[in-house]
Amino acid sequence: MDQAAIIGVGMTKIEANKAGDTFADMVWEAVNKALDDAGMTINDVDNVVTTSNDFWDGRTISCMAVGDASGARHKNASCVEGDGTFGAFYGLTRALSGDYGTTLVTAHSKGSESISSLITNAAFDPIYERAIGMDMITACAMQATAYLDRTGTTPDQLAMVSVKNHGNAKQNPLAQLPMDLTVDDVLKSEMLSDPLHKLDCSPVSDGCCAIIIANQARASKYSGRPVWIKGVSFCSDSYFLGDRDLARAPSLAQAAQSAFAMAGIKDPATEIDVAELYDAFTYQELMWLEAMGLCEDGKAGSRLESGDFHRNGRLPVNPSGGLLSGHPVIAAGLIRIAEIVKQLRGEAGGYQIPDARRGVAQGVNGLCGQSHCVWVLDRDNQEKEIG
Amino acid sequence: MADTLADVEPMIYESQISVPYSWWAGDTASRFFRSLRDEKKIMGTKCAKCSRVYIPPRKVCPSCFSENPEWTEVSDQGVLQSFTIARRQLASLPEKVPVILGLIKLDGADTGLLHYLDEVDQKQLRIGMRVKAKFADNRSGGIRDIEYFRPAK
Ligand SMILES: [Zn+2]
Repeated sequence: MDQAAIIGVGMTKIEANKAGDTFADMVWEAVNKALDDAGMTINDVDNVVTTSNDFWDGRTISCMAVGDASGARHKNASCVEGDGTFGAFYGLTRALSGDYGTTLVTAHSKGSESISSLITNAAFDPIYERAIGMDMITACAMQATAYLDRTGTTPDQLAMVSVKNHGNAKQNPLAQLPMDLTVDDVLKSEMLSDPLHKLDCSPVSDGCCAIIIANQARASKYSGRPVWIKGVSFCSDSYFLGDRDLARAPSLAQAAQSAFAMAGIKDPATEIDVAELYDAFTYQELMWLEAMGLCEDGKAGSRLESGDFHRNGRLPVNPSGGLLSGHPVIAAGLIRIAEIVKQLRGEAGGYQIPDARRGVAQGVNGLCGQSHCVWVLDRDNQEKEIG
Repeated sequence: MADTLADVEPMIYESQISVPYSWWAGDTASRFFRSLRDEKKIMGTKCAKCSRVYIPPRKVCPSCFSENPEWTEVSDQGVLQSFTIARRQLASLPEKVPVILGLIKLDGADTGLLHYLDEVDQKQLRIGMRVKAKFADNRSGGIRDIEYFRPAK
């Protein structure tokens, strides 16, 4: 009863502007792909968790509008505002509760339809901070400054993350920005906010992802090959940027430690075969790697230089191309989970990591990584109880 | 679905959600803003348990989950904890770029305040530099009653 698996995943192509699809069209596509993948029909779905954000959708109570395309009518449907990994966490607890055998989780956004800078500015405290005019890019640029200063990581090393991930995206037919880049290309791209160049930042994107979670009794009932959920945890830091040490990510460290412990993993740096991390900005991939214990503190930049995180390296990171190659917010973390499922099933095509057995996916919510959700997935199901 | 566009130009529907808000600042922020406006003083609140001084002031210490009952004045000078120079005119920025944004830990405070930096050579910007608040001439009771921070002499 205490085991659960992901038995179906569905993703739209990530695009700069899906003019042909409304948000509901995208959800319809992803949900049907996930159902096909699992070998299920909508009647086999016991409950639905949607993930959306009113400002990105431009409508209030946005979760209710997305229900129709998710097949939620006349089902128990609930909603999470934030990244899709958090919606999936809620969906997992519902499947583990015993009340529902299967949960469909969706997450979508169309960044092309609004103005990200204004939406993320509104995440700042309206009384004390909003009038300054910061947004996600400027706040994360400030975090990047602090991280570079503390660790000695260089702008060249940040640029290498962009080169690697855009290059990986060339093998991923769903990625928005497959590109052949050099470090020089990144460093010569427009400086948006020091030290972040345009090519250090993920693009504005449209896309949707759906996954189906099943408890143990239902996980093998359908034709979809289950990937087992071995450890999950999330943790949040203080809200105000000035209350945190921006150069570190203690909430991620805590979430990762408890997710890995739940999965029985003692040394994640050697026991994890593939990672899909929340690289909304180049520096974040390096900072998150260190906080998760996948690499020594302050060393991610030099490990990247020596090839550790490339597709053929010690620990391939974002072989799909990551968020730098396509970043539909809200769906972003759920896509990381779906990509790990593909890897562990051996279905990742041109970016398949050979014999990937264990993987980790990460989602982020809030400014500068305030809150993190970490998923440890396994190809096989050893009998170890969750929680 | 996208192949329909080969023949048909997609319709675009322009709209917005426009809802004005009137935020009550609350008694803690009200006192902070009154001190800025009327006395050019920067006031923080202090946690009774861990003694951390919060700027901007909070009624509750997020570390201890207990109240910050005591008010204490902090310095108008402090240390730059981090910074960025916004160079693209992002939609959220009310000022013309380049805009220098910083996180400043004032002497006597334990947390950083987000604000602007100005009157500084961009090449001299570094974490750890000493800065000092310049108050606005016309103050209306808001965070921009501090106009910006500049290098301390
Ligand atoms: Zn305290």
